[in-house]
Amino acid sequence: MSSTSQLAPGVAVNIPRRRRSRKRLAHRAALNITAAVILVVMLFPVYWMVSTAFKQGKDILTLSPVWFPSPATLANFTDAINRPYFWDGVKNSLIVTSTVVAFSLVLAFLAALALAKFRFYGRSAFIVMIIGVQMVPLNALIIPLYILLSSAHQVDKLSGVIITYLTFVLPFAIWTLRGFVLGVPKELEEAAMVDGCTRFGAFLRILVPLVAPGLVATAIFAFIQAWNEYLIAYVMLNSPEKQTLTVWLAGFTTVRGTEWGPLMAGATLTALPVVIFFLFVQRRVAFGLTAGAVRG
Amino acid sequence: MTREAAGTDLLTAVNGSGLAAPLPRRRPAFRRRALHWAAPYTLLAPAAVVIAGVLAYPLYKLVALSFQKYGLFELVRHEGVYIGLANYSHIFHDALFWRVVARTVVFAVVNVTLTMVFGTLIALLLERLGKTMRVLLTTGLVCVWAIPVVVSVAVFQWMVDFQFGVVNWLLTQLHIVDYQHHNWFTNPMQGFAVITALIVWGAIPFVAITLYAGLAQLPRELVEAAEVDGANAWRVFWNITVPVLKPIFVILTSLSIIWDFQVFIQVWLMLGTTPSEDYYLMSVYSFVQSFKISEYGLGSAIAVVMVLIMMSVTFVYVREMIRIGETD
Repeated sequence: MSSTSQLAPGVAVNIPRRRRSRKRLAHRAALNITAAVILVVMLFPVYWMVSTAFKQGKDILTLSPVWFPSPATLANFTDAINRPYFWDGVKNSLIVTSTVVAFSLVLAFLAALALAKFRFYGRSAFIVMIIGVQMVPLNALIIPLYILLSSAHQVDKLSGVIITYLTFVLPFAIWTLRGFVLGVPKELEEAAMVDGCTRFGAFLRILVPLVAPGLVATAIFAFIQAWNEYLIAYVMLNSPEKQTLTVWLAGFTTVRGTEWGPLMAGATLTALPVVIFFLFVQRRVAFGLTAGAVRG
Repeated sequence: MTREAAGTDLLTAVNGSGLAAPLPRRRPAFRRRALHWAAPYTLLAPAAVVIAGVLAYPLYKLVALSFQKYGLFELVRHEGVYIGLANYSHIFHDALFWRVVARTVVFAVVNVTLTMVFGTLIALLLERLGKTMRVLLTTGLVCVWAIPVVVSVAVFQWMVDFQFGVVNWLLTQLHIVDYQHHNWFTNPMQGFAVITALIVWGAIPFVAITLYAGLAQLPRELVEAAEVDGANAWRVFWNITVPVLKPIFVILTSLSIIWDFQVFIQVWLMLGTTPSEDYYLMSVYSFVQSFKISEYGLGSAIAVVMVLIMMSVTFVYVREMIRIGETD
């Protein structure tokens, strides 16, 4: 019975305080050093992209790397944005993403309300559908989508791409928003209704403001998905003036004897809006995702 | 009761999701009931129509195509010719197809394992860090998470560039190997190593941050009680952390399988949109058959096999998610 496990806490108390705190300090230092190493390794590719983008040509093509862009130059950026079709790419990406965001937000919010607030026949079937749909590999659907859109004469049109994006943004958006709607206690709405609000009034004054952060998170999520997508845009949009920014950037890559400076500048510009939005929203998305998962 | 159910019940209790009080009666009962019946369907309809139209129908179309001869001629006519199982018998007798399937499975297993192991370790580390370092590391991870795949492919290509790549320089400087003027893509094993590094690097943040979010919800009392009872860190991890986080683990692993099994862009772009046969994964093979050789029927058959393999593997995930969706 008197196993070591029962002794252990007693033993710990007997260690002189100084030694214990030193041990704890060493432990903490080890953790921080590990974290710092991971941080450096993970961020290095990002740093290397940005620093290359700011370097002069002679500092890029060197056999031993130049670590800091000094003197820094904007030449690569001006080169990148003056390349053909860059501004077309920006414009098309903005059109596609803003439309996808607007539509997915409205449709997903309505569907999330239904799933979170009502019990109805077919609810499970719908949940199975939106989960199942996320499992369907988009890469497999590209063939029938292309054939369908080509018979509907929607190839090489932004509208075809927008509709396709909607379908893979929607399931996740519904799922996330549902978590946020569930997070608003029913009691709040009920209290408002007891105080004389109509159901719709309670919805507008209580639910919508409280779910607003979730709506922002979902909007940004949809933005990121649509902005980053490459494959569908690559297959569906043939003419260069119709292509989105990611397709423009990937086209840049395949040129023989890549010019790394302008390419890295273009890559930085493509990634910039997404990184900003992501930093803004990440906590909410991560927690929204797990809130549903752990609640069980 | 399973261990995982016990864990989630416990969390429900902690979260304190109480039962709702009955709604105040305001409208005549029958009208209210009719409205209440129609409301959810009206709300769901638009989303359901879009999803069904642009996903369910193409999915059906994909299966239909896999039984058809569908080449350039049929593409112009917008109509395929039914040929039964010919496409399937063609790919099943194709030695390349089986090599590609085996390669895809191995590739997915390696990538999922590496992602989950590193992701879990980083999540555990995040939990033990002080506030400053934790915020720094999370911010760094989020930066990586946000980088579009097309961008990261370009960056990794630059880092392993044959002549001026920083990776070749580093390996040579560290005297690990002399990689001056080394082409990473001549040997497919090395090429896939670069692609794996790219995918795992890009996938770690999602896994680590989601798991950390789950860890943060872990009831402290449980861990403290176990520690008082003399459990060491390892026992606490296996007997408390793992069971409570099991639903999240299952979801993350299944999602990783889904993503890593259908990897396409990374291979396609990394090899300048002309990968050799040694670099074919199932999605690449299917894409080449369809869009390069214009055998859309064959490409669809390969895609159908890919979907079936994925569905059998991720069945657990669907069951888990449905359970979550039904019980709250």
